[in-house]
Amino acid sequence: MSTKYFHHALKFRKEVCIGCSHCMNVCPTQAIRIREGKAELTDNYCVDCGKCYRACPVGAIIVEQDDFNQIFRYKQRVALIPSVLLAQFPEEISLTQVSSVLMELGFTHVYEVEHGAEVLKDLMREYINENGENKPLMSTFCPAIVRLIQVRFPTLIDHLVLLKAPLDVAAAYYNQKLIEEGYKAEDIGVFYITPCAAKIAAVKSPVGQEDSAITGVINMDFIFNKVYTAVKQGFIGRNSCQLPQLDPMKSCGVLWSATNGEASSMPGRTLAIDEISNVIEFLEQLENEENKDIDFLELRACDESCAGGILTSSNRFYTVERMKKRAASALKKEQEKNYRYAAPGPILQYKGFLEENIQVNKIQPRSMEKLDEDIAMAMKKMKRVHEIMEILPYVDCGLCGSPKCSSLAEDIVQGQAQIEQCIYVQKRLEQEGELSGKDSLELMQKIWGKEKFLQNTSKEAKK
Amino acid sequence: MQFQYQIEGGNFSRAGFASSEIKKLMKQLNVDLSIVKRTVVATYEAEVNIVAHAYGGTIYVELDEEKIIIKLVDEGPGIPDIEQAMKEGYSTASSTVREMGFGAGMGLPNMKKNADDLKISSEVEKGTTVQITMYFKTEK
Repeated sequence: MSTKYFHHALKFRKEVCIGCSHCMNVCPTQAIRIREGKAELTDNYCVDCGKCYRACPVGAIIVEQDDFNQIFRYKQRVALIPSVLLAQFPEEISLTQVSSVLMELGFTHVYEVEHGAEVLKDLMREYINENGENKPLMSTFCPAIVRLIQVRFPTLIDHLVLLKAPLDVAAAYYNQKLIEEGYKAEDIGVFYITPCAAKIAAVKSPVGQEDSAITGVINMDFIFNKVYTAVKQGFIGRNSCQLPQLDPMKSCGVLWSATNGEASSMPGRTLAIDEISNVIEFLEQLENEENKDIDFLELRACDESCAGGILTSSNRFYTVERMKKRAASALKKEQEKNYRYAAPGPILQYKGFLEENIQVNKIQPRSMEKLDEDIAMAMKKMKRVHEIMEILPYVDCGLCGSPKCSSLAEDIVQGQAQIEQCIYVQKRLEQEGELSGKDSLELMQKIWGKEKFLQNTSKEAKK
Repeated sequence: MQFQYQIEGGNFSRAGFASSEIKKLMKQLNVDLSIVKRTVVATYEAEVNIVAHAYGGTIYVELDEEKIIIKLVDEGPGIPDIEQAMKEGYSTASSTVREMGFGAGMGLPNMKKNADDLKISSEVEKGTTVQITMYFKTEK
């Protein structure tokens, strides 16, 4: 029954969790419960948006990371960097300097992810023009949004643009390029420096693809700290003279991962929506009214899109400003017909090859709202949910360990909770003499853990 | 199971609330997604019609394992000629309503297209009753 659909990059560390429920309250898909004083994740509801990671006050939620030393298993070690990485740093720090630190860490090649957009842009435009019956078409760029649509908005699944993201295109290109240069496929490791957890999950269990051309993932905050340390200690750029020149990035590529980066390159009427609650609000409405006037929707889970990714270190507004400046300078060079910037990028020489594998399989709905596979059973459960809702107070206080009264009702019906967990129900039962103070304390202890109910003195003694 | 939702005439910012609730119920029942989609489109259209034309109304939902019956009863001006109203492009909406993106005259035809069964009865200066029936059998 409980097939695990998704690989999650977010991990809850029980030993660190204090059961404060901050994560439960911010989760946009109601995927978290508190039991025995610890946060628990319902895997199939989670879309890896990372809101919980940001809300946790004690660092109990971590983003799984491949061991950095795994890169040395490969002779050719490619670092795929998104434009958000360079924009983490003040403008004095150049792309060459950041690359030089990556080379010192052990990479043998550095390539910017958004070159993939140079191939993808025209294909997406064609796709939108050819698939008018599924308007508005929705970008599959943000993996958290793709998963959100699978679990919460399955009726909208046909609207997704079934093309890979720039990351996959860039990885496929660089792999092929190295193979053509004479390297063996098994000697090549392609590693993505990620600004978020959703991208990790997407690499580990790609939706609509059999496997990923990406070998591993390195968290961006790790690289950020390495580069910053190098800057502060004055080591940066010592070997930069040995660096091969990176392909110049087009202005549209620089901004691709920023809000409106894709939408501004697409034809017709487009909208760009960032931050997952905004996206949910919009999709909720879109499900009702079947809006055929909009051609393309860019949807991103983080505020300020990838600049607001949970593994970024710089303030997202600075990051966006730096990306815009870099894009403006690139655009100027393109317009001035600067020979390096105006010419088609080297990746376009592989256009034919890349286009062959750019399609994504049909994405399957994974509706998590159904109460049961069987409609008769679902009907029974629904009746029960509504009966329970008559008893619950509609306060959504979260004291029962579920984020909302409606989620408690569903948990009860699914056999994962009992109605006495509701503090209002407890008070009523106590008043009627059906529940002792001791029983009610025990109920709360089961949810929140015993420690929270110790008296101050004994709490201190425990410390 | 039965549900009931009130609709306020003229308040477009609330339009869609009942449709969203109905959509949620059907998703919980694990009804085939294409049926959910058609139901919601038809219901939303009917809901917006009440907001646009009537003083107010009530949506009565009846749900069992095989079907959902959505009955929208409004107090309003009624439709003098239902046959004419069923034609594409026919609209009585004011320019203000049209500017908000409603009233293109596709309402009833679109409802008919999406509903498995659609019944409309109306009495001028009293109100209109629209009944949408959807069957849950998976269409293949």
